[in-house]
Amino acid sequence: MTFINYASREINCKIVYYGPGLCGKTTNLQYIYDATAPQAKGKLISLATETDRTLFFDFMPLELGTVRGFKTRFHLYTVPGQVYYDASRKLILKGVDGVVFVADSQEERMDANVESLYNLEENLQTQGYDLMQLPYVLQLNKRDLPGAVPVEDLTYELQKKGEPVFEAVATTGTGVFDTLKAVAKQVLTELRKT
Amino acid sequence: MAHSPFILQEQEFQKLKTVLARLCVECVARVVFLVDRDGQTIAFNGDIGDMDTTSFASLAAGNVAATNSMAKLIGEDGFPAVFHEGERESIFISVIGRSLLVVVFDERSTLGLVKLRTKRASYEVAAILEEASKQSQAFAANSASAFADITDEDIDSLFS
Repeated sequence: MTFINYASREINCKIVYYGPGLCGKTTNLQYIYDATAPQAKGKLISLATETDRTLFFDFMPLELGTVRGFKTRFHLYTVPGQVYYDASRKLILKGVDGVVFVADSQEERMDANVESLYNLEENLQTQGYDLMQLPYVLQLNKRDLPGAVPVEDLTYELQKKGEPVFEAVATTGTGVFDTLKAVAKQVLTELRKT
Repeated sequence: MAHSPFILQEQEFQKLKTVLARLCVECVARVVFLVDRDGQTIAFNGDIGDMDTTSFASLAAGNVAATNSMAKLIGEDGFPAVFHEGERESIFISVIGRSLLVVVFDERSTLGLVKLRTKRASYEVAAILEEASKQSQAFAANSASAFADITDEDIDSLFS
């Protein structure tokens, strides 16, 4: 839920990166963190296992500047991708303002993408959201890997509602900021209606 | 659809700050935070030093969300309070509806004192937030939003 503080003139929004295990959600955040000026970001918090798999969530606050005199701060979260962390994923979706679905372009991860997308819709519903009404972007990650499924095929399988689709290589940053910008723009556009 | 935004006006913000300031003194606390359940800081009072308050709020909300889910697994509706005891600093979190009152204190205070004072303050905070919530809904319904005329250029400029 967007929090607008008229006293401190701040807008706070929550964006969640969702997707199957090892699709590159944390890598997206890590790239944003590394590429952002120190004054625009807080710490990158990773609640991870000893093998660096996300256990609960990754989090980083990002300040983008001011709109109409209000400082805009985006709280970026990732969810743990592994199937058995579903309880954590549900919690992290609470209060979400926008979602990025990070798909893994490798053919052998196609089923995992579809399953995770279905899981996203289901978990959003339990929190009272409808994916079809929520600011939402699809990112096709790992485009650099040999044997990546063609973009048209992935889009056909995974696009839900004509949302923007971005090709990405999160490890090098390709498409990472385009994705963030697209979802942030949708979230801020929603504010026009309030 | 995303839920309607929560809009906090100056008057309610100042009321909350006053309650937190008093609670901070009464508890002999280092710092007192009011955080919403989504992990965003609503207000705070006290000595934050170089503490990363944004991360702190996010983790406090994650902490309460996780312990509440654990509560449900053992047949409880939720835990109204959570306490973490450290060697020097401790954290007491009281759940007030959609918000969390978080008190950070050290050996100059005691858990009993913090619980007692927090309970009283939580009624006041709940009443102010209730009023703020009504105003937020009325504001959203009746007022022209300050953001109604945000242009694409405004948004694009954030990323330039």
